[in-house]
Amino acid sequence: MKDTDIKRLLYAHLLCIFSIILSTFVPSFFLENFSVLKTHLTWLCICSVLVTVFNLVLYLVVKPNTSSKRSSSSPKVARFLKCCIYFLMSCFSFHIIFVLYGAPLIELVLETFLFAVILSTFTTLPCLCLLGPNLKAWLRVFSRNGVSSIWENSLQITTISSCMGAWLGAFPIPLDWERPWQVWPISCTLGATFGYMAGLIISPLWIYWNRKRLTYKNN
Amino acid sequence: MRLGAGTFAACCVAIEVLGVAIFLRGFFPVPVRSSAGTGQQSELPAPEPSAGATSNWTKLPPPLFSKVVIVLIDALRDDFVFGPKGMKFMPYTTYLVEKGASHSFVAEAKPPTVTMPRIKALMTGSLPGFIDIVRNLDSPVLLEDSVIRQAKAAGKRIVFYGDETWVKLFPKHFAEYDGTTSFFVSDYTEVDNNVTRHLDQVLKRGDWDMLILHYLGLDHIGHVSGPNSPLIGHKLREMDGVLMKIHTSLLSQEKERALPSLLVLCGDHGMSDTGSHGASSMEEVSTPLIFISSAFERKPGGIRHPVRVQQTDLAATLAIGLGLPIPKDSVGSLLFPVVERRPMREQLRFLHLNTVQLSKLLQENVATYEKEPAFEQFKMSERLHGNWVRLYLEEGRSDVILGLGTKVVKQYLEALKTLSTALSTQGAQYDVYSMAMGTAMVLEVLALLLLSTPQALRPQAELQVPLLSPAFSLLFYLGFLALSAVHVVVCTSVENSCYLCSLSWLAAGGVMLLVSALLCAAMSALVKACQAGDLRKHPARPRPRWSELELLLLLGTLGHMLSLGASSFVEEEHQTWYFLVNTLCLALSQQMHRSFLEDDQAVPTLPTADVACKVQARPVLPGDLRKWTVLASPWLVLVCCRMLRSLNQTGVQWAHRPDLGHWLTSSDHKAELSALAALSLLVIFLLTQRGCSPVSKGALALGLLGVYCYRVAVGNLLFPWRPDSRAISKGIIEARFVYVFVLGILFTGTKDLLRSQVLAAEHKIKTMGLWEIFSGLILLAALLFRPHNLPVLALSLLTQAVLANFVWKPLGHSAVEVTVMHYWFGQAFFYFQGNSNNIATVDISTGFVGFDSYAEAPAVLLTAFGTFAGPLLWASHLVHFLSSEASSGTALGHAGFCYALAGSASAAIYLVLVTALRYHLFIWSVFSPKLLYEGARLLLTAAVCAFCSAMDHTGTSGA
Repeated sequence: MKDTDIKRLLYAHLLCIFSIILSTFVPSFFLENFSVLKTHLTWLCICSVLVTVFNLVLYLVVKPNTSSKRSSSSPKVARFLKCCIYFLMSCFSFHIIFVLYGAPLIELVLETFLFAVILSTFTTLPCLCLLGPNLKAWLRVFSRNGVSSIWENSLQITTISSCMGAWLGAFPIPLDWERPWQVWPISCTLGATFGYMAGLIISPLWIYWNRKRLTYKNN
Repeated sequence: MRLGAGTFAACCVAIEVLGVAIFLRGFFPVPVRSSAGTGQQSELPAPEPSAGATSNWTKLPPPLFSKVVIVLIDALRDDFVFGPKGMKFMPYTTYLVEKGASHSFVAEAKPPTVTMPRIKALMTGSLPGFIDIVRNLDSPVLLEDSVIRQAKAAGKRIVFYGDETWVKLFPKHFAEYDGTTSFFVSDYTEVDNNVTRHLDQVLKRGDWDMLILHYLGLDHIGHVSGPNSPLIGHKLREMDGVLMKIHTSLLSQEKERALPSLLVLCGDHGMSDTGSHGASSMEEVSTPLIFISSAFERKPGGIRHPVRVQQTDLAATLAIGLGLPIPKDSVGSLLFPVVERRPMREQLRFLHLNTVQLSKLLQENVATYEKEPAFEQFKMSERLHGNWVRLYLEEGRSDVILGLGTKVVKQYLEALKTLSTALSTQGAQYDVYSMAMGTAMVLEVLALLLLSTPQALRPQAELQVPLLSPAFSLLFYLGFLALSAVHVVVCTSVENSCYLCSLSWLAAGGVMLLVSALLCAAMSALVKACQAGDLRKHPARPRPRWSELELLLLLGTLGHMLSLGASSFVEEEHQTWYFLVNTLCLALSQQMHRSFLEDDQAVPTLPTADVACKVQARPVLPGDLRKWTVLASPWLVLVCCRMLRSLNQTGVQWAHRPDLGHWLTSSDHKAELSALAALSLLVIFLLTQRGCSPVSKGALALGLLGVYCYRVAVGNLLFPWRPDSRAISKGIIEARFVYVFVLGILFTGTKDLLRSQVLAAEHKIKTMGLWEIFSGLILLAALLFRPHNLPVLALSLLTQAVLANFVWKPLGHSAVEVTVMHYWFGQAFFYFQGNSNNIATVDISTGFVGFDSYAEAPAVLLTAFGTFAGPLLWASHLVHFLSSEASSGTALGHAGFCYALAGSASAAIYLVLVTALRYHLFIWSVFSPKLLYEGARLLLTAAVCAFCSAMDHTGTSGA
């Protein structure tokens, strides 16, 4: 592993953060009355679309997984469709988990689902980009000592930190501060976003810090 | 002295219970009273201020009303009179409120919204302390000054019919009375008929000055079936009739008297949406207060929104209306509309009397009263009043003088308001000394437990109790001496009462002895731990890493304890537990996937090796099937929890949301409720019978049938073949039938346990005995739970079965982990039952199941069991599960220790938090009820630990 790899990782992550910042500021030029809290659903859509686009572009440009062998047998269209299905499935499973956690079953379905979408964007989408619709690889990355590159390592960190952020974001909901952001699911989406951004920043630093200790099978 | 970990823990928790008891005694203050002795009537009323001019009006003003009738309807909520219900069911009252000569208010009751403190507040005008809720059941004689006392002293004849509490509060005050007992909640016609039957006669006789009627039926209906029950409408209509009868009778007799009479309609507290009361939600504190008298101006019509006032204002208003001195401890202010048609001079005189009384109370209770803005306002209005009287005496009445008088009235009303609020917010005095001793005891016990954790959780589960360590005996004596010195100094210097000082010297000395001995034990444990730490460093043994699950359990438990410092997290504690339990299930699922994955990849050296054995030992297909069931089990638990969560909405913020429980209990859905209850009872039977002996199986089946019959008899459920029987009884025979089987099953279980001890080898018998005790408790819970809560019981059993068979056994969790998980689930199920950290959600009707009349001991025991059934059932399942695992030699000791540690740590942290927050705004409404719950839970923990260690002993002696 070289320092240049880490640098590339850092720049890629900074671009992802930039996409989120973009999604909070740019729409106010085009849309009236746009604000993250008041028109939360619009922001959620824009943010997830922007993050998706940036992620796709980045992975196409940077191509972090060229070294790992790719199953070229299946055609690209099929792979893409499979990815879409996986993404949708992850959205639905997140939705189910939120309902199990106590989100209302019938009211606020759209809100809950968009929260599931944005959390999938932060977690499942990068996995799909990097690993493809390959469950074995996913299980490898998320099991103990299974990572094989800094990209996968950072993937692990950002995914876990986004989920943790969403988890921690639920804490202020019962407090009686009467703030607009305490409404379901705003605090959770904000938590997930901050968690994702924190993960993006932390992972290059953490990898840089531990670069002596980390050894990957492939590198 | 060597002790088993479980025994040690049980002893520690027992001591901690004592510490918490001392703390509670110090924390719940005795309400502050006027220091002037009650009883003597020597004080002269304050003369009218007159600023130089000579006014000869020094006597009390004459009464405004000749007769007063107070109709108190228990749990009368404001919308029962002013809302749509009032319009529909109380037409006469609505007419009076809207068009008649009346003044209506919404009187705000202060928590605790329970009958006895509310009666005290209404009659004395003071704010009773929180501890009155505990004394609610056996109300002692009221010693404070009250309207009743003043009326009696002035020679008025008072007649009372209604709730017995009054008779206990004011013995020998009533010329005539008939008390009805309020304890049998499911009776709501007889109690009120007992009041109304006297009415005709007493109204005709008219030989009284004050008539008080306290109707209980409405409250009973609320407790049994909630505020939306159709019974409420009938009751309100009945009350409306009573009111009309009294009013017409008063009006017809009024011509014979010089003065008009007054009719007061009020409620003592409201009713929450579940029909209970005790806390501080808007529905519970809002009560109507209506004054009806021909002395008032008849309103032209139209609806006015009633003004919000305090309940304590009634005492002052009544006293002035009857021409009596205002009770000394009253913090209420005169309701001005009642006197607004009197001449200006009298109005001012009334206001002056009230402000003088309030400012006296302020002077006695606040050291720096002169700096209070309220006192300044009082002085200013008194001066203005004096000037006005001088002008009045000099110039007589004129429009200018009247205009000036109105200004003085305004000034007075403002002064009254500030005085009243200044007095009501006067923080009650805490007995800090007792609180400190209690906290010290609890913290020392916690330190001792924490320091002995490494020793107690070793495989031997035994520890050396450092109580008799001689090296620290000097510390012990020094500590004892120092504490005694502190005790003497505190008790001789503090003026206000202090619980420890009021104890006898022997008892106080015992407490000192205990505190210093604990200190000494904790110190020696600390030294020992340090030494052990030093020893351990040298061999450089690597500490085993914490797994994610262990980390979650530790951080979750700790985080929950710390979260109780925020009032919202106390109110919404159920959310915390649901959240934690869900996360636990997800973590278990993750751990399971990981272990199976690693199993697939055939990594041999893993803690989950026995999974591999179990799975591979079976043939392929069942193994696969089992694998999938095991993988699905945490999700099944999650789904169960989600369903239970929507059964009962509790807490504060989302309590008003519609939930399944309300839907089921509404009278339209009786059939659905019956089906659900029957299904739940069937599931309970299927899941419980697997560990029982055939005899207990039969008993269990009959008992569960009895439960259904009991609920049918009480009128909650239906038999499918008799869908519209209306006969409602108290179901005493059915309930006693079930009790017989409960006792039988418990007896069989105990017999099995004793036999296992005597036979000394039969592990199976012991397990069966424990399971029988468990199933006996389940049968009792099934009887006590309301029918819509039976699914809680069924799903609790299902969850236990799933977790035990598919999670804990295959994954081989340690006894510590299993204990903490049981603790979590127990807490979550406490809230699934519909409990909250609010006194109001305690279902007192469980105390009457199977009893004809109120019997204190069984009622308290049954209510406590019904409330804490969730944690108790999970704890007994824990004991059974751990002792059924063959490999567990010391698991029960570990479990008892962990349970004690979790319980005592949460109690200790909460005590510290409450002490720190004792001046918080919500201390009485939010934190104090939780403190009572925490105390009760600690008692439960002590019982569980004692049971654990007893089972542990039988185990070791049996092995």
